[in-house]
Amino acid sequence: MSELFTLIVELEDKPGQLLSVLEPIARNGGNIVGIFHQRGKKTPLNRIPVEISFTADAKKAEKILNELQKNFLIRQFGELRTAVISLLLIGHVIHTDLSDTIKRVDSSDAECVELNVTMPERDEPSTAVITITAKSKEALEMALARLREICREKGIVVVEPINDEI
Amino acid sequence: MKIAIIGFGTVGQGVAELLVAKRAEIERKIGDFRVVAIADLTGSIWGDFKLEDAIEYRRKKGRLPSDRSAKEIAEEEDYDVMIEVTTTRLDESGIEYMKTALKKGASVITSNKSIAVDFQGLMRLAENNNAKLMYEATVGGVMPIIRLLNSYLALCEIIGVRGILNGTCNYILTRMEEEKLPYSQILSEAKEMGIAEANPSADVEGIDAGIKLVILANTIGIPAKFEDIEIVGITKITPQAFTVAMQKGYTIRLIAEASKKSLRVSPRLVPLNSPLAIKGTMNAAMIKTDTAGDIFVAGRGAGKFETATAILSDLYELVRTN
Repeated sequence: MSELFTLIVELEDKPGQLLSVLEPIARNGGNIVGIFHQRGKKTPLNRIPVEISFTADAKKAEKILNELQKNFLIRQFGELRTAVISLLLIGHVIHTDLSDTIKRVDSSDAECVELNVTMPERDEPSTAVITITAKSKEALEMALARLREICREKGIVVVEPINDEI
Repeated sequence: MKIAIIGFGTVGQGVAELLVAKRAEIERKIGDFRVVAIADLTGSIWGDFKLEDAIEYRRKKGRLPSDRSAKEIAEEEDYDVMIEVTTTRLDESGIEYMKTALKKGASVITSNKSIAVDFQGLMRLAENNNAKLMYEATVGGVMPIIRLLNSYLALCEIIGVRGILNGTCNYILTRMEEEKLPYSQILSEAKEMGIAEANPSADVEGIDAGIKLVILANTIGIPAKFEDIEIVGITKITPQAFTVAMQKGYTIRLIAEASKKSLRVSPRLVPLNSPLAIKGTMNAAMIKTDTAGDIFVAGRGAGKFETATAILSDLYELVRTN
């Protein structure tokens, strides 16, 4: 089954570089769906980060990655997480074992990617902003359900955003 | 038209006062009417009496003159419409008067949220007896949501409804948003101002909104019961949570939500530019439809004449559609 992948590759600022990174993707059966070229954002080594999104099945994606790694500096590679939600947690977020909370929300297709905790005074409830990303809406919904359950157990209030979908 | 009023507290008296004050206008629209009986827990009055005298008597003496019970009045008197405005009780006793009326073939107009206890049963009872049960005043006070769903949007698919259905909670959350004061301090001030009740738990724990959500859900064809609603109140919301939320462009409101996928009352992040970020004691609702997009309504969720206005609106609708 075809999945959406994204990679960030650092290219030298000389002609033909972009083409040479796209060629192996196309040759190995990847379908390029997006290229984001950040010309003004050079790295300390004077390279230009380029974000490329493509669809391919997992096997082909692996082959593409192996081939690219021989010639290029790949900074990031992964399936694109298309679903994202940020929400508030109110309560004793830290004292109720924060790492346990996060570990139990994370799964193979969803994870907590950002967490900001604001603590007022000692022993007072704190407020955390947590961001979860997932491969799909369904995976996100399942991660959310796990989070709700864990927070119910730990006496933490989950404040979710109202989204377009009801 | 012969009307019996069961329940003569704030709302019942509000209805009676409007019927007196606006009699000419009301009769022009619905035809002649007469209130033939009034009863509440303090007493009753029936037969040949003037409505204004009953209001005056109740105000001066704190009760109605006769000891004949509301149950007897409901069972034995002859009326076309019962205006049932007793207080909400979450057991079968809250709907007994309504059942009595419907069984006799009299229509019922109510502000009593007890209909959530057996919504489907009451509707069937009404239909089987060729009567109607009107309940606009039960949800969102005078905010015209029930008629909007049942009539104007009758041919739409209602994908879901989200609403602010408790004015007390919305008032507390608004002040937390604006003044960053702790929940307990605002609650005690709200009690002093009469916005929160002495025992506010039904409001702040989300129970009142939950009961109203049962009524809304059933109105849009989801046969929900109170036990099906997942409820989280506002008692644990902190001023810091508002600070954090507002940095991200959100405020926090107690949102009641009903759709095929979700039945819950909980504090939610609401974008500051959303109409649902409404302030003070107002009630509001966003209805998501298949062909009409989103529809937003707002209005006062409580108050003597506001609720009485919703009751009279049902009375007009009852006559208009008969």
